[in-house]
Amino acid sequence: MTTHYLVLSALLFAIGAVGVLVRRNAIVVFMCVELMLNACNLAFVTFARQHGNLDGQIIAFFVMVVAAAEVVIGLAIIVMIFRTRRSASVDDANLLKY
Amino acid sequence: MQSPVEIIPHSSGVVGVSWLMIVLPLLGAAILLLSGRRTDRWGHFLGVAMVLASFVVAVASFVELLGLPEDQRRMGVALYQFIPGMADMGLLIDPLSISFALLITGVGSLIHIYSIGYMSHDPDRRRFFAYLNLFVAAMLLLVLADNYVALFIGWEGVGLASYLLIGFWQHKPSAAAAAKKAFIVNRVGDFGLLIAIFTIWTTFGSVAFAKVFPLAGEASNGTMTAVGLLLLLGACGKSAQLPLQSWLLDAMEGPTPVSALIHAATMVTAGVYLIVRSGAFFEVAPTAQLVVTIVGVATLLAGAIIGSAKDDIKKGLAGSTMSQIGYMMLAAGIGPAGYAFAIAHLITHGFFKANLFLGAGSVMHGMNDEVDMRRYGGLFPVMRITAITFIIGYLAIIGFPLLSGYFTKDGIIETAMEHNQILGWLAVLGAGLTGFYMSRMVFMTFFGKKRWADDAHPHESPAVMTVPLILLSIGSIFLGAFLILGNRFMKFLAPAVGLPEELPVFHFGSTAGLATLALVAVGAVFAWFRYGAADVPEVAPRGSFLTTFARRDLYGDALNETLLMRPGQWLTRFAVFFDNRGVDGLVNGLAATIGGTSGRLRRIQTGYVRSYALSILFGAAVVVGALLYVGNM
Repeated sequence: MTTHYLVLSALLFAIGAVGVLVRRNAIVVFMCVELMLNACNLAFVTFARQHGNLDGQIIAFFVMVVAAAEVVIGLAIIVMIFRTRRSASVDDANLLKY
Repeated sequence: MQSPVEIIPHSSGVVGVSWLMIVLPLLGAAILLLSGRRTDRWGHFLGVAMVLASFVVAVASFVELLGLPEDQRRMGVALYQFIPGMADMGLLIDPLSISFALLITGVGSLIHIYSIGYMSHDPDRRRFFAYLNLFVAAMLLLVLADNYVALFIGWEGVGLASYLLIGFWQHKPSAAAAAKKAFIVNRVGDFGLLIAIFTIWTTFGSVAFAKVFPLAGEASNGTMTAVGLLLLLGACGKSAQLPLQSWLLDAMEGPTPVSALIHAATMVTAGVYLIVRSGAFFEVAPTAQLVVTIVGVATLLAGAIIGSAKDDIKKGLAGSTMSQIGYMMLAAGIGPAGYAFAIAHLITHGFFKANLFLGAGSVMHGMNDEVDMRRYGGLFPVMRITAITFIIGYLAIIGFPLLSGYFTKDGIIETAMEHNQILGWLAVLGAGLTGFYMSRMVFMTFFGKKRWADDAHPHESPAVMTVPLILLSIGSIFLGAFLILGNRFMKFLAPAVGLPEELPVFHFGSTAGLATLALVAVGAVFAWFRYGAADVPEVAPRGSFLTTFARRDLYGDALNETLLMRPGQWLTRFAVFFDNRGVDGLVNGLAATIGGTSGRLRRIQTGYVRSYALSILFGAAVVVGALLYVGNM
């Protein structure tokens, strides 16, 4: 049974990773990051159930809390960038370079 | 043989305040240099007054010295204890140093007075007198010092004054170059003297004359020979002896009174003083003595040959100075038998050479500073006092019987003849050459046809210049006989330098003396036919190989350039090349490599978030892969 959960988790993670790499819209990239985080959560919960202890569950809660905080800050940044640059594309915010 | 007497501490009387001799001119120099233009109007009188005051102190010390019994005539005047027992500063008043002090302040005063007239049109006359005073102070410190370190301070001081005065007209590039040359060549000699002082210190643990001379016999022969040769190197630099002679001829770029005071009468004789003063060292190092005599003879011939070909009156006299100092060196190298003659010749030479130089200056003063003797001629009627005093100096230097040079030079030749026949006959030959070149000078300047430049209006110089000439020429006439006859000077110097076993007796018709006179006469007659009776061409003819050889200072400069200057330039060029290409190349290359690499590396920072994300993913994959690999092992 555990394998099915883990394959799902890996698939979700891969979809999230590909999304981060290929999409330009910052909001979508952000959502893909969330997808990756939740893929990890799924893996944690799976292992918690398999081992019969609560460590994985606790970490999953942690991740959710951190992700919530991150969303608040991340969305605020994206909104600010959109206000000043009229664009939500991650490729347009490329001034910090060599 | 009688040795020098011991040095007795002394602090009373005039001798006790003999430091005034040094301090007064030094004070004059300080006032003149520091006060600026305010003292322009009377500065030269202050300069003269200070030297005259110094002369008075010297005479008073001399009189006090004469009043003492012979075995007390070496007085050490302690001035300052730097490190008790090790480094003390004091003065040594003995017959040798007081003879020098009298010469320096006496001839120095006359030259100061003369300079008032000679430099009257120069806007920098005050500075000139300041330097002259500085020179007198330094020279007196040199001869009065009771230890080698203080002597060295004076030695460097006169070098500095000489540098400043040769380059006095520094707007002339030639004068600036000559000053620099004199300074640099002297540095070679000073190096020798310094090493000699170091050696004396390590050998005897002291530099005071009173302590080191009695110990001279206890040091090893090798050490003493080394000290002797190093002292000789110092003496060669200061006294323009071979192989460090080249600066003296260029030094004539300075004002003529400077040439007379520094580069004829006093400073250039410091080398002779050094050797006679260090006699105790040389007497236990016969090899060093032999080298001194050889250097002396080589220089006396070289100087005479150079003097024979120069058309510049001052350079001719400079060659003659080299030559005469060569005689003194020869005598100084012989030992106690020669010391008195060396110093006596030094003193009479101080008079007649100052006389000749000031005479030359007087001629130049009347001829718009022309120095080329080919533009003189027939000057006797227009400047009689100058001409007559110059001719007296001339007769003195060629050794005309009964004049000063006759006695002192003949003394040297006779002593050299007894010491070594070859050296003696070479000295006789040198005397013959002296007869030729000095006669040439007199005939070209005062006799023959007038070859003056169109705008020349020769006239006699003012009394302020001619009176010193007359006084000097009186010295040129009588001083030699006074010093030499009855060995008066030798006995006077005995407490300082000792006496030889046999006192020489002056013969008026010895073989060497007659041979000298005959050769001098031949030289003079030859000069008369070439430059007196015949017309002197205004442009120097090309001349034979020998003439060119002499005109170019025996290729001394060429030799220095080839042996020292060119290899030095090559070395600097190589060093610059190595620095630019080697050292700089290495450092710059390293910097360029790092800079280039980092320039390429930073291209990775594209600013695209997605490329960063890809690298993070890639990195994470690598880490996971590595963990899996390690876990499976």
